[in-house]
Amino acid sequence: MIRSDYSRVDPKRRANLNYKKKQFATAEFQQQQYEHRLNFYELPPTAEITLEEFETWAINRLKVLSELEACTFRNKTPEETAEYMTGILNKYLPLRSNSSSKSQALQDERRKDHYSHFILRLAFSSTEVLRRRFSRLETMLFKLRWLKDDVFERKDFVKGLNLDWDEVGEEEKKEILDKLMAAGGVKKGDEMDWFKVDWERVPELVEQRKVFVRRGKAFVPQREQMSLVVVEFTKRLDNALELTSRALPRLDEDDRLAPILAHLSQSFTAPDSAYSSSDANIDGLNVITANSIDTLSTHFPLCMQNLHQNLRANSHLKHFGRLQYTLFLKGIGLSLEECIVFWRQSFKLITDDKFNKEYKYNVRHSYGDVGGDANRRGRGYTPYSCQKLLTEPLPGPGQAHGCPYRTFTSDNLVALLQRTGINDWDVLKGVKEDVGKQRYHVACNRVFEHAHKREIKRVKDDGSWSATDLDTIVHPNTYFKRSWLLKHVGEGNVGVVGGGDRMEE
Amino acid sequence: MPHSISPQSTQTLEADSPPAANPNPDLPSQDMSMSDASSPAAAEEQAKVNLEELFNDEDSDNEFSSSAPQVKFEDELSQPAPLKVSPRSQFSDPEIMRAFYQRLFPFRYLFQWLNHSPLPCNDFAHREFAFTLPNDAYLRYQSFPTADLFRKQCIQMLPSRFEIGPVYSTNPRDRKQLRKASAFRPLTKELVFDIDMTDYDEIRTCCSGASICPKCWAFITMAIKVIDVALREDFGFKHILWVYSGRRGAHAWVCDKRAREMDDQRRRAVAGYLELLKGGDGAKRVNPRRPLHPHLERSLNILKEHFQTTILHEQDPWAEEKSAHLLQLIPDVKLRDALKTKWDSSPSRPSPSKWADIDTLAKSGSLSMKPQQLLEAKQDILLEYTYPRLDAEVSKKLNHLLKSPFVIHPGTGRVCVPIDPREVESFDPFTVPTVVQLLGEIDAWKGQAETEDGKKVQDWEKTSLKPYVDYFRGFVANLLKDEKSGIKREREEGEPMEF
Ligand SMILES: [Zn+2]
Repeated sequence: MIRSDYSRVDPKRRANLNYKKKQFATAEFQQQQYEHRLNFYELPPTAEITLEEFETWAINRLKVLSELEACTFRNKTPEETAEYMTGILNKYLPLRSNSSSKSQALQDERRKDHYSHFILRLAFSSTEVLRRRFSRLETMLFKLRWLKDDVFERKDFVKGLNLDWDEVGEEEKKEILDKLMAAGGVKKGDEMDWFKVDWERVPELVEQRKVFVRRGKAFVPQREQMSLVVVEFTKRLDNALELTSRALPRLDEDDRLAPILAHLSQSFTAPDSAYSSSDANIDGLNVITANSIDTLSTHFPLCMQNLHQNLRANSHLKHFGRLQYTLFLKGIGLSLEECIVFWRQSFKLITDDKFNKEYKYNVRHSYGDVGGDANRRGRGYTPYSCQKLLTEPLPGPGQAHGCPYRTFTSDNLVALLQRTGINDWDVLKGVKEDVGKQRYHVACNRVFEHAHKREIKRVKDDGSWSATDLDTIVHPNTYFKRSWLLKHVGEGNVGVVGGGDRMEE
Repeated sequence: MPHSISPQSTQTLEADSPPAANPNPDLPSQDMSMSDASSPAAAEEQAKVNLEELFNDEDSDNEFSSSAPQVKFEDELSQPAPLKVSPRSQFSDPEIMRAFYQRLFPFRYLFQWLNHSPLPCNDFAHREFAFTLPNDAYLRYQSFPTADLFRKQCIQMLPSRFEIGPVYSTNPRDRKQLRKASAFRPLTKELVFDIDMTDYDEIRTCCSGASICPKCWAFITMAIKVIDVALREDFGFKHILWVYSGRRGAHAWVCDKRAREMDDQRRRAVAGYLELLKGGDGAKRVNPRRPLHPHLERSLNILKEHFQTTILHEQDPWAEEKSAHLLQLIPDVKLRDALKTKWDSSPSRPSPSKWADIDTLAKSGSLSMKPQQLLEAKQDILLEYTYPRLDAEVSKKLNHLLKSPFVIHPGTGRVCVPIDPREVESFDPFTVPTVVQLLGEIDAWKGQAETEDGKKVQDWEKTSLKPYVDYFRGFVANLLKDEKSGIKREREEGEPMEF
């Protein structure tokens, strides 16, 4: 899809890779026409896209998949998931039906969907764990879209798939019609068409006794088609991923793509989120001073509360903890001057002289006031995202930085959470399970949702916040902003989400 | 003695060294602390048997004529000295158990059953066996390259019983040497079902706990009939082995290749398809969609016949105050009140009368709902009292272990014999032979040592175990025949069968 990665492959090796499926067919460098909204992703993309599109599209799709995964982790029902995902999909990966428009925009959406799928396929085919996860989430996404698809367009799409299903002939149908109708819950006046497949292809329909089963064949009503199509989708995707993983080594040769792909697969741990300046500008929040940090710290995520508690207990923090905390404070809108005051007051045990010599510079550096190259100086460092905190080396003795969900032992984590007021047994149990599965950001979001349960319900019920305003938190500064806004909902113009965007940094 | 282990303690041991690692496989290994197995006399006897084997070129394996070398089965070649069984012999005595494994247990057919071919292959060699030893230690991940080595370990360790697990991707004994844990995973196993009387305790009135009688055995009979026909007609399975569990239940082993290759999701699907009762005590546990699924419709027709006798007459489930549960299941308030009044005044009415009262009172005007609804409610009640109650968890997992056929039930001493589903009505658990009885039958046998065509009569042929082993042999032969033609078809088509 990017011209150079094909030209780098020597023709012999390419021929080898094509022995079974045209996974990476010789590029034809042409635009494909997308007749259908749904896609089985059988044909790889062949036209060129820019590096920027490559990365942005992939990140957008990744966001969608991560949100889907978060829904399953939080045991949302299919209906809740569909509702929650509508906003996310419209924002990151919209896909409209043919009837809605005939424009080029429709083709562009489908192209983005098609390409982003294949880019992630490359990024996630390297290990079996990633492949399985990717396949599961893509299947969920496909299902979600299937349900929203126009019935006639869907029929058209299925016709084009050439699935080898035996249609039940008239004679056989007549012979067993009452059984077919009873099993499938088909009533007079409904569509009277059935497929016949090996029962193993529709295990969930068999399990629920929604199909008639005879001599190893399941008789599937027309309307239960989704189940069959979805199984087929997964099966073909699994096979394709297997092939991609074997073709993968040659992609490493492209030094422009490799880092992007590596970064993408890494981001699957916790979706990366760039710090957005809007997190710093919160309506209704007065100018933050060194003295307001103690009060505001109740809105901090556990990683920052932990640093704050350590700082208060020891009147000191080691280097990485200081860096993490300073950047976070900068992110919530604490000015450089106030930040220096904050640290000076907190380090009670040292002299002004020592502070000025050893610590002040670091704070100024973090704010971009000194050091570094001139280009970066305007901003200094960006506040750390969860992704960054989850992938950096673990803290050593006496250090307190990082994400406590990852760095603490289970018992210590529970003790820490209880100190911050989380005592609900179910929540603590859920956190333990999340952490056991290394889903640290899920644990953190679980705690957030519990701590703001009432407020979240309120803004949902009165419709003042959309589902996207409540999507998974993947940045400590988002945690703070959302927490503060939720706890101050209804005070003046507070709670207007997104209102902070007007001030550019 | 911090390392001493009391023989009574139950613990899980993993014996990783195969018997072959023992320098002399015929001698019990020295580190096994079973005094009875390491007595010099026993070892000598076994050594002698093996010596004889060298001169014995009798070839009784004519069922699978093949040009390849035949596998020898010691159980047919060796005939240890007769064992005197006294009336006081206990089935758990080591001597009894040793004689059972040496003379009666059909290792040869068990091997063929699990191996699916006359020559040893991974289907057998990578199969997990789990032994329960006389001291209750539980030994998992046992495996054996041949039937003979399997038999040897049984004779050596005298397990009170053993279970059969899945075929693994590598030899279960080597699992710890693998670098990647994922390289050791279960591949295939029979689809299994477990029906146990425990699940019927809330509706069983004749007995409780571990005991059974012919009245409650009828529950198991009904379950076998319903499950067996569904597996055959609906799923198309042909090789279903039903086995008496030795006390108060039955197991099914679905051995078709297609069943063995099912993953957990597919196993869950079949179990779910066959499961009907949901929820705990008190609540209405049967709530099927209408019209009934053809499987339930068929089951209802099978079970109807049993309801009148097995349930209403023999179990009398609604005697006296127990009619409260029946009232709970009547969805019509008016009818329920009328019935309650009637039964309160004559609580001793037997269950068949109470069941009949429902229709009588309904017809005489005490029904406010549609007759069809009452009919459906009555069908649900009938199903609640008759429909099979499976221990479904056993069926859902590929790597679940299940007790082997033909082992001895440690509580009753009875052999876990196969049940022919075509004659399930006449199967009587009380006539199933015990191991002590069988050994006595060998001693009492007065027939010829050889059959008319010159074949040596096997010890099991001298006993009442014979019809069961014969049935099993026929079952295995049918399975192997299908297996063989399946392999041939695969070769011809060039690709494995795809499901
Ligand atoms: Zn009984």
